[in-house]
Amino acid sequence: MTLYAFLGALEQGFLYGIMALGVYLTFRILDFPDLTVDGSLPLGASVSAVTITAGHSPYLALALAAAAGFTAGAVTALLNTKLKILHLLASILTMISLYSINIRIMGGPNVALLGTPSVLTDLEGLGLPLFELTPMFFFLIAAAITAGLIWFLHTEYGQAMLATGDNRQMITALGVNTDNVIIFGVGLSNSLVAFSGALIAQNQGAADVNMGVGTIIAGLASVILGETICGKATIVRACIAVIVGSVAYRTAIALALGLKLGGFSFTPSDLNLITAFLVIIALTSPMLKRRFAR
Amino acid sequence: MISAQALNKYFHRGSVNEVHSIRDLSIEIEQGDFITIIGSNGAGKSTFLSCLSGTHPLDSGCITVDGTDVTRWPEHRRAGFIGRVFQDPLMGTCAGGSIAQNMALALKRGQRRGLSRGVKPADRELFRERLRVLGLGLEDRLQDRAGLLSGGQRQALTMVMATLVRPKLLLLDEHTAALDPKTAAQILELTENIVTAGGLTTLMVTHNMHQALALGNRLVMMHRGRIIFDVRGKEKAGLGVEDLLEKFHSQEDAEISDRMLLG
Ligand SMILES: Nc1ncnc2c1ncn2[C@@H]1O[C@H](COP(=O)(O)OP(=O)(O)O)[C@@H](O)[C@H]1O
Ligand SMILES: [Mg+2]
Repeated sequence: MTLYAFLGALEQGFLYGIMALGVYLTFRILDFPDLTVDGSLPLGASVSAVTITAGHSPYLALALAAAAGFTAGAVTALLNTKLKILHLLASILTMISLYSINIRIMGGPNVALLGTPSVLTDLEGLGLPLFELTPMFFFLIAAAITAGLIWFLHTEYGQAMLATGDNRQMITALGVNTDNVIIFGVGLSNSLVAFSGALIAQNQGAADVNMGVGTIIAGLASVILGETICGKATIVRACIAVIVGSVAYRTAIALALGLKLGGFSFTPSDLNLITAFLVIIALTSPMLKRRFAR
Repeated sequence: MISAQALNKYFHRGSVNEVHSIRDLSIEIEQGDFITIIGSNGAGKSTFLSCLSGTHPLDSGCITVDGTDVTRWPEHRRAGFIGRVFQDPLMGTCAGGSIAQNMALALKRGQRRGLSRGVKPADRELFRERLRVLGLGLEDRLQDRAGLLSGGQRQALTMVMATLVRPKLLLLDEHTAALDPKTAAQILELTENIVTAGGLTTLMVTHNMHQALALGNRLVMMHRGRIIFDVRGKEKAGLGVEDLLEKFHSQEDAEISDRMLLG
């Protein structure tokens, strides 16, 4: 693997790591399997792209993307808590709706961001080459968000959120309206995912309605890989593990794509299959280990 | 004072599986009452407590607390004045959280939860003090996950958590039934200490008639969704297990003869 490819994997790992934190929040903390993310990642990208092409600041674009993602997540949670639709189904409904909505937002299936300002524009002129600066820049953003999430989960409200995922009956008996916690939590999760999507669009210079396909599975892969590498004994550890897992996942993908076996090599369209395998192996490895240990 | 007027609760209403679990049940619970509740399986004891806590919405009836109508309050809102311990020891605590985290969650019962620190260092001394009473050494294990504790330890912790913020009403639903006899006796003693020390208004469901007679100032017997017997004070103190059995059987006999008359 070349240094260039490695820096690229780091960059992707931090960018998508923010998304993976969102998946961690729903999947692990709230125990709410949420497929909305496949739609809210391109939602963030779309909102960000049209905000920038309309001539507004790329930072405003990030904020609007996060707000849009929060709304999408809140809709899924409302469908679940108020209309009593199964969480998985509720999230699929929002996800497919977002496909139509994203095309409406962009006025078509994609928007190119060529020659428009992005959050990376300000990095130019710092002296270092951009392919070295961007991973550092995205690392700082991912680190700040991870720190923020760790802080939040240690607050009174954050602790109530943990309890909502752990033992809903108990925390209700202690006076918490778990519906509200779930709505806020799934909203927060999707705002992270959309924020990540917005950054990705600005980084790659385009938003595309199909860029969200497989987001949930990539997020899960990152969460599970991270847990395998770093463990999950404490909140601090578990949150950092998500970013580590995301970097590990993107590195694994980059390695797989560089692999050549005779005339065979993987193409980017094989990613979902590779990822699914990774997740299956990571999920079943404790079980397999036990079986072979006997 | 907590007053329940003509409560009715159905499950699966209108279907072939309809169960009329609570039937025109009324009771006045005085401040400081420690009421033990007995009755056969399916008598509606758990459902009655769930109706008070707001877990199950009522089909009709009205519940007031110190004159405030709380009938329409959702469960999480009623939690502001109710402390609860469930039959299942796993139900009352978060397995993934530490003892301190669980206690901190309980300390905010009925209050808004904001963005200040969840477990405040200043509260640790209070947690230790309350746990020390248990004599289980939990006060030195604040950082341990609740999931590591035994069923009895978790139930003791739940008991402390339910009363950490003084509840207007304490609901105990067969909270010793899932424990081994020795642990059950310890939890029961703890219950009596906490309830009498605080003068807490308490409803305790038990299937053990000795417990029902030994504890509390008032005893209620339920049968088929109704209260069929309600004694207190001296009258309760004078009762024996045989009296309760007789009361229970006379009710069944009455029903059988009713059915024979009707049939
Ligand atoms: N969630 C429920 N769904 C349907 N029926 C229920 C439910 N809870 C209780 N019941 C029924 O209500 C009646 C009273 O049950 P319960 O209150 O649990 O009795 P107890 O606690 O006195 O043993 C029983 O016939 C029971 O089958
Ligand atoms: Mg019961």
